[in-house]
Amino acid sequence: MSKANSTGTRQREEDEHGSAHGAAGEQLSTAPREERPDTGAGVPAMSVIGWVRWFWRQLTSMRVALILLFLLSLGAIPGSLIPQTSVDDMKVQAFKERHTTLTPIYEALQLFDVYSSVWFSAIYILLFVSLIGCIVPRTGQFVGQLRSRPPGAPKRLTRLPAYTTWRTEAEPEEVRATALRLLRGRRFRGHEVGDAVAAEKGYLREAGNLVFHIALIVMLIAFASGQLFKSEGGKLVVEGDGFSNTLTQYDDFKSGSLYDSDSLAPFSFVLDDFVGTYEKSGPQRGTPRTFEARVTYNEGADGAERKGVIKVNEPLVVDGTKVYLIAHGYAPVVTVRDGKGKVVSKSAVPLLPIDNNITSSGAIKVMDGYKDKNGKKTQLGFKAFFVPTFAGHGKGQMFSQFPALDFPVLALSAYQGSLGVDSGLAQNVYQLDTSKMKEFKDKDGELLKKMLMPGEKLDLPDGAGSITYEGTEEWASFQISQQPGNGWALGGAVAAIAGLAGSLFIQRRRVWVRAVRGADGVTVVEMAGLGRSESAKLPEELGDLSAALVTTAPVAPEKPAASTSTDGPDATNEAGSRPVHPAEAPAEGAEK
Amino acid sequence: MNLAAATNESLAEASNVLIYSSMAVYTLAFFAHIAEWVFGSRSKVGRTAAALSTSSAKASAAAPAVKAQAGGTAVLERPEVITRSAAGTRDVPDGPGAAGGTFKGDLYGRIAVSLTVVAFLVEAGGVITRALSVQRAPWANMYEFSITFSTVAVGSYLVLLALKKNVRWIGLPLVTTVLLDLGIAVTTLYTDSDQLVPALHSYWLWIHVSTAILCGAVFYLGAVGTILYLFRDSYENKLASGGTPGKFASSVMERLPSAASLDKFAYRINAAVFPLWTFTIIAGAIWAGDAWGRYWGWDPKEVWSFITWVAYAAYLHARATAGWKGRKAAYLALLAFACWLFNYYGVNIFVSGLHSYAGV
Ligand code: HEM
Repeated sequence: MSKANSTGTRQREEDEHGSAHGAAGEQLSTAPREERPDTGAGVPAMSVIGWVRWFWRQLTSMRVALILLFLLSLGAIPGSLIPQTSVDDMKVQAFKERHTTLTPIYEALQLFDVYSSVWFSAIYILLFVSLIGCIVPRTGQFVGQLRSRPPGAPKRLTRLPAYTTWRTEAEPEEVRATALRLLRGRRFRGHEVGDAVAAEKGYLREAGNLVFHIALIVMLIAFASGQLFKSEGGKLVVEGDGFSNTLTQYDDFKSGSLYDSDSLAPFSFVLDDFVGTYEKSGPQRGTPRTFEARVTYNEGADGAERKGVIKVNEPLVVDGTKVYLIAHGYAPVVTVRDGKGKVVSKSAVPLLPIDNNITSSGAIKVMDGYKDKNGKKTQLGFKAFFVPTFAGHGKGQMFSQFPALDFPVLALSAYQGSLGVDSGLAQNVYQLDTSKMKEFKDKDGELLKKMLMPGEKLDLPDGAGSITYEGTEEWASFQISQQPGNGWALGGAVAAIAGLAGSLFIQRRRVWVRAVRGADGVTVVEMAGLGRSESAKLPEELGDLSAALVTTAPVAPEKPAASTSTDGPDATNEAGSRPVHPAEAPAEGAEK
Repeated sequence: MNLAAATNESLAEASNVLIYSSMAVYTLAFFAHIAEWVFGSRSKVGRTAAALSTSSAKASAAAPAVKAQAGGTAVLERPEVITRSAAGTRDVPDGPGAAGGTFKGDLYGRIAVSLTVVAFLVEAGGVITRALSVQRAPWANMYEFSITFSTVAVGSYLVLLALKKNVRWIGLPLVTTVLLDLGIAVTTLYTDSDQLVPALHSYWLWIHVSTAILCGAVFYLGAVGTILYLFRDSYENKLASGGTPGKFASSVMERLPSAASLDKFAYRINAAVFPLWTFTIIAGAIWAGDAWGRYWGWDPKEVWSFITWVAYAAYLHARATAGWKGRKAAYLALLAFACWLFNYYGVNIFVSGLHSYAGV
C-alpha cells in the first residue's frame, strides 16, 4: 500500500503543466499555472495592495474561473422553473396570486427577474472580469512565444511520451540539417540548438483558444448593447389597413434605456391579405399549417413600393428593422345605421381570439355620429362574440369548431349610453364598460342579443336603428423590432466556434531530433515528441518523421551490445557522458 | 381521403412496424452481449492487478530499449516508436474486452455487433419511413426525437467501431439504454405522424435539431465512457492500495479498458462535440430570432441548453486545472450530461415554454 501511494503522490506532483518534462514542456500552453498552497497564494500580505493583488490572482485563476462557470449554470436554473417577468408577465402575476407566502421571498431574491438580478449579474460580471484578466496576460505570453523559438532538447529524451532512436553511419551534422529541413517542410518552426534540432507546431491551438475567449467578450458586449439600444413594438393591422413606423402608430412600445426615438427607420406597409390554412382532419385537426401576411411596403419616406410576404419564420427586413408576424384573428365588418337608415359607421372591428379555434370576443363602439330617435346625441356599444366555424343552432355553446372561416357567426348584445371614453382613463378597446350604459331590451324585457350570419342584421327596438354584419376581414399583429449589435453577436459567435475548433482539434506539440557521434564513431539519432496532452497522433507523427529521416540516415548494422541493452542510449554510447540526473530537478526550480 | 394521404398513412404504418422490429432485434443483440460477457468471464485475466503490483518496478522498465529492428531484407527499416504514458497516469494495460479473449465470448460478441448493425438498419428504416410519411424531418415531437436519437447514438457507435476504435465495451450498456429509450418512445411518447405547426417550418430547424440530436447521442457515448471510467478507476485504486475487489467486479472491470483509456475516450468525445453543441445553440438562437423576434429570451429550453453548455465548458476547464482532473472532472461531465437529459425530457414534460412539441 505504502509503495503504491508514494509513487502516486510523486506522480501527482510531477503532473502539473508538463513540469515532469522540465523546460521542454514550458510554454507549451499559456494556461495559468495553478498555485499550490505552499507557494504562498493562500497567505495574503496584510497591506491593501497585497490584498488586492491576492484577490486579483484568485479571480484570474483557473480554479475560480471554474467555480464561476459552475455558479453561472447553477444560477440560471431558477429562472427556468419560476415564471419570469421578462418572459411571461401574466404567468408571474398568476404565480404571485397563488403563492402569497413565497412571493415576498422570491421578490427579495429577484427570482422573478433572475437574468437581470443583481446576483446573476454579479456572477457573470466577475466571470468576464476574470476572463479579461486571463486573456490579457495570456495574449502577451503567446506573442512572446511566437517571437521566441522552441526550447532546446531536454537532456533525457527517453523520458518523453514518444521516443525513438537508431544508429546510423550518416554524419550528425547532416542528420540534423536533414531533420530541420524535414520538419520545416511539415510546417514546424524549428532551429538547431546544440546537438539537437528543436521544432514546434500547432500554435493555432493557442490562437484559437484566445480567439474563442475574446469572442465570448464580443458576444457579451454585443448582447448588452443590443438590450440597451433596442426598440420593440406591436401593431395590429386589419386587411387593407396600413402602418407607418412612427411612435404614435404603435399599440405598445418598449425600448432599451439608451434608445433614441429618432432612430426609428422610416418605412410603412399595408396589409393586403392574410392567408391562414389549417389541418382539415386527423388528430391534429385545426393545427395551423400556413400563416402568411402579404404586404406592400415602402422603404424610406419616398421609396418605391414593393410587395413582400411575412411568415412566421420569415420576418420582413426593412432598413435594419424586422417586422415579425406574431398573431392573427378576425375582424367582422359591421355597419351601424340610425333610426332614419343613415349609415353612422362602417368598419372592420378586430376581435381577440380566446381559444385555438379562434373563438373571439371584443366590443364594437360607436362613439359619435349617432342620434337616437329623439335626435339626441348618444353612444352605442355592442358586446361581440365571434366564431369562424359555428357548431350549428342548438349544438351547445357558442364556441368555434375550427379556426378557418367555414361557418362564421357573430353574436351581439346591444347597449346605449356613455362609453366612458372621455373619462380620461385608458380604455381597453376590446372591452365594453357598461357602467354608464343602458341595455337595449327585447320583447321579453331581456338584454337584446342575436346571432348573425353574414348579411343579417340586428334591429334595435323602437326605431333606434340597426347593425348589420356585412362580412369578415382578417387581421394580423406584427412585432416591429430593431436591435443593433446583432451583426457583432453573429460575428462573435462564428469566431467563437472557429476558435473553439482550433483550440480543441489542433495539437500543439514539440519534436526534438538529437544526433551525436557515439564512442564507436557511429551516429546515434534520438527523436522524441511532447504534446500538450497525451495523444495517439504524436507517436504516429514521430513514426512518420523518423521513417522519412531514415531514408537519408539509414540504420547502421547492429552491434550485438547495443541491441540487448535495456538502459537506453545513455548507457551504451559515450553520449552517456551527458549528466543523467533526473530531468525534473532543474525544471522544478525553473517553475518557481 | 386522397391517394397521397393513403400512401402516407401506410408509410407511417410501415414505420411503426420497423421500429417494433428493430426493438426485437436489439433485444436479440442484448442477449448476445450478455452471452459475450458470460462466456468472457471464464477467462483468467489478471493483467490490471499484475500491472499495478509491479508499478514501482516499472519506472525503469519504461525506459525504452534501443530498438532498431534489423530486417532480413534490404528494405529500409522503420525505427520503432516507444510511448510512455504521461506522469500521473497509471500505466495499466487495457482489458481484453467483454469476450475476455475466449473464443465463445468473442463469437457471441460478433453476433451481438452484427445484430446491432441489423437493428440499426431496421430502426433507421423506421425513422426514414416516418420522415417520408410526413414529408419532413422526423423530429417534430418527442416520439420522433427519441427514435432518431437512439438511431444516431447507435450509428455513432457503429462508426467508431468501423474506424477500428476500441469501443466494443460500449455495446451492452448502449443496447440496453436504446431498448429503454425505444420502450418509452413507443409506449408513452407515441404521437401519430403529422405536419408541423408553422413555427417549426424553417431550414434552421433541420440544422438546429439535427445537430442537437447528434450532440446528444455522442455526448451520451461520452457519458457511458465516463461512468465506466469512474467504476474502473475505483477498481484500480482499490487494487493499487492492496485491496481485493469482489469477484463480480473484478470479472467485469478487468475486461474494460484501463481507467486512463476510458477517461481519454470520454474527454475526446466530449471535446469533439462541444464546438458542435456551441453551434447548435447559436443555430437555435438564429432560428428563435426569425421565429419569435428575439434571439435569446431565456425560454426554459434555451436556459437549459445554456446550462448544459456552461457545464461542459466547466468540465473542459476542469480537465486543464490541476487538482480537478480525473474523478472531479468526470463528475462534472456527468452533471453536464444530466443537464442535457433534463433539457430533453424534463423541460418538455415539467416546464412549459415556447418549445412545446406537438403532443409531448
Ligand atoms: C465565459 C466563460 C468561459 C468559457 C465559456 C470558457 C470556455 C472554455 C473552453 C470551452 C475551453 C476549452 C478549450 C480547451 O480545452 O483547450 C477553455 C479553455 C481555457 N480557458 Fe476558458 N472559458 C471561460 C472563461 C475563462 C476564464 C475566466 C479563464 C481564466 C481564468 C479561462 C481560461 C482558460 C484557459 C487558460 C484555457 C486553456 C486550457 C487549456 O489550455 O487546456 N477561461 N475555456
